[in-house]
Amino acid sequence: MVGQIAQHAMEVHGEAWTIKELFTLPNEEIYWSIQIVMYPFMTGLVAGAFVLSSLYHVFGIEKLKEIARFSLVFSFALLPVAMMPLLLHLQQPFRGIHVMMTPHFTSAIAAFGFVFSTYGCIVATELWLVYRKYFVQTALELKALKNPGTIDSFRRLLFTVLTLGAWDISDEAVEKDHKACKIMAGIGIPVACFLHGYAGFIFGSVKANALWMTPLMPVIFICSAVVSGVALCILCYVVVQEIRKFMARRKIARWAKDSNAPTVEQLEGAKHEEVMIASNYLMYFMIAALTLEILDLIFRGYTQVKSWDILREVIMERDFTKIFVMQYGLGNILPFLIMVLPGRTVRRTTIATILVLFGVFMMRYNVVIGGQAFSLSFAGFMDYELPILPHNLETYKEGLFGALTVAATPFVLFYFINKVMPAFLKEEESTH
Amino acid sequence: MYSYHRKSNETEWANQPAKYGTTGREKLHEFCAECHGDVVKIRTEKLHGTIPCENCHGPVLNHPEKPEKLDIDRSRELCLRCHTSLPYTTSERKRIPGIDPKTHNTGTPCVSCHNPHNPSLEGMK
Amino acid sequence: MERRDFLKQCIMVIAGASVPLSALTLVDPKKVLAANPSIQWAFLVDTTRCVGCGFCVKACKTENDIPFDANVTRTWVERYVYTKDDRRYVDSPKGALNGYTDARIDLGKGEFKEIDKDNVGKAFFVPKLCNHCASPACTQVCPVGATYKADNGVVLVDRKWCIGCGYCIMACPYAARFFHPVLKVADKCTFCFHRLSKGLDSACVNACPFGARKMGNIHDKNDPITQIIMNERVGVLKDEFGTKPQAFYIGLAQEVR
Repeated sequence: MVGQIAQHAMEVHGEAWTIKELFTLPNEEIYWSIQIVMYPFMTGLVAGAFVLSSLYHVFGIEKLKEIARFSLVFSFALLPVAMMPLLLHLQQPFRGIHVMMTPHFTSAIAAFGFVFSTYGCIVATELWLVYRKYFVQTALELKALKNPGTIDSFRRLLFTVLTLGAWDISDEAVEKDHKACKIMAGIGIPVACFLHGYAGFIFGSVKANALWMTPLMPVIFICSAVVSGVALCILCYVVVQEIRKFMARRKIARWAKDSNAPTVEQLEGAKHEEVMIASNYLMYFMIAALTLEILDLIFRGYTQVKSWDILREVIMERDFTKIFVMQYGLGNILPFLIMVLPGRTVRRTTIATILVLFGVFMMRYNVVIGGQAFSLSFAGFMDYELPILPHNLETYKEGLFGALTVAATPFVLFYFINKVMPAFLKEEESTH
Repeated sequence: MYSYHRKSNETEWANQPAKYGTTGREKLHEFCAECHGDVVKIRTEKLHGTIPCENCHGPVLNHPEKPEKLDIDRSRELCLRCHTSLPYTTSERKRIPGIDPKTHNTGTPCVSCHNPHNPSLEGMK
Repeated sequence: MERRDFLKQCIMVIAGASVPLSALTLVDPKKVLAANPSIQWAFLVDTTRCVGCGFCVKACKTENDIPFDANVTRTWVERYVYTKDDRRYVDSPKGALNGYTDARIDLGKGEFKEIDKDNVGKAFFVPKLCNHCASPACTQVCPVGATYKADNGVVLVDRKWCIGCGYCIMACPYAARFFHPVLKVADKCTFCFHRLSKGLDSACVNACPFGARKMGNIHDKNDPITQIIMNERVGVLKDEFGTKPQAFYIGLAQEVR
């Protein structure tokens, strides 16, 4: 009888994917669903990619040069995507701009506007500084063409504009670029930390939620953000290099058909050393992230405050597989073992990075969904059922396909950005 | 604290029209009795006298101008809200006489036999 | 790049500044003073009088246009039943919109629990609503300032400004807030602000036949509700969060969450 009523009832946001058990307060649903899981995941990738690129630009770890440039470009492709899950989640997406117009400074989410604008400007600036020499050279080449077609005319205009009038590519000018880039990257690291720290603060400061409320939350989020960003960059770097080798061998794409295109041997795949060093940093941050998460769990289990009974049931029983098997097991310990065992290869590292990304995603999932798995009454539960096949706009936006749309977009953007700011440059084309 | 807001919003909320009685609860029976007093005799304050007329007759809105007639809820479910017998001795509920809705004249509206304005069991039809 | 940033910032500032200015109506300070700024509304729930009839929930939904068939409500009544074999059952079928017409406990998912009437120890009903806290967690977290505490103590939501992020709903420890199913913005009990402004009682106070719900001006020492709060033993819900709720309860059992 209850089911019959539900079919005719007006559906409330969250009802489509929430199953309530025992005593939950009437207004409780899982309001923050898969898109709110995607949001910290995507912003984490942004922050992590940036930190990886900064390891080279600021700390001068020369061996990370190629992957650093790649990470910077990828970070820029990820940036607009970070906003997508929020727009898909908002009940009033067209009013999203209100956050920029009347930011309410006591709210963590209000920081979004400032942090993102600042961070966007920093990344854009740093990219310009890195690619300025390339822009100038390409613009000059295109200007020298006698009969440019439409695409080439457009490209000529684009690259001319991108130089922003700074045509000097002498060694001193490039050296200045290098210095400015270092400063930008230096400023960028704390901003990147803030970018993801505030996302952790959004959850950690909600005193009403027994699972979220902990001062460790911002730090856990930052550490796992860096983990995910580094892992993604390693993975994409390896994959892109393999794709380039494939394209060179089969002579697909414009650059491959060119007579002086790099040969398969010259492309040599992902540089082994770069991947090894990057994955070392990955492991350091993995240790940090895991330590903090386990610490949080131990504290809860030891102090056993009022919420412990229901949290214990959620963590140890209902969500045991998601937390201990998927997140900690497959997502943390297994990749760590794969990488730490002697004889680490690029292939093993790549598999490890896939598992790490899965682990970080599960961490976001277990925090966001797990925090809503129990009722505020501590006497009931709410199960989350991810909508697979959408039957209306809401179940698309907050369902599997909405999440996949968000996940796929950075790659689409990267494809286009790569045409303007190629992630892989010949040595003499880049600023540094 | 945390109170920055668009001031005109308060006026917007204040201007929302009220549906239920504008006479206040104490005066509601007097308000209704002005026209309906001779038809409706509420026996004593102790029984149904404490129930505001609008609980069963719906919000007064602008009656008698608009709507001319109020919809009366004569359903069984309305009476069962209070008169389902629940075995709670520590609640005020114990003072309300109740029945088991699954066995007591199922399917029949309560008002067929009981007069809601004079609910005394002695004067029943 | 700096030129571009500067231009971007300028446009943002101009856009941002132009909207709030156009949305505000000019407020006459004399009128504001005349509208009795010293009032602070507080709510008093007497759980010893509540019988679980649910007329308050029905009146609230009618008065405030919350659809009956939507599973959200601005106010609700919970039923607590303790059995003699030391078990506790709590339920709130549709927020008690239709009252309690079944002695069985609604466990959700279409399941019910039969309780032997001889096994029933103590049982009572607890009406709940937005507490209009003095230090509200919800207004603190709103990213756009769409929800606020008005001068008379009522916490309101600006329906035209709310972006529907749901942060206020997550931040409320009392689950008083929800997304309005039609308007798609955050919504909650407003103490019937529109009725208070006309000098009327809130819809739920109006509807309760047993006097379980009352409202008063906590700044007025002579208000009978304030007298009760000052002189009798009253409690509040979840005071460990420091939200300083302004809904007071008589007869609140410790186990009420």
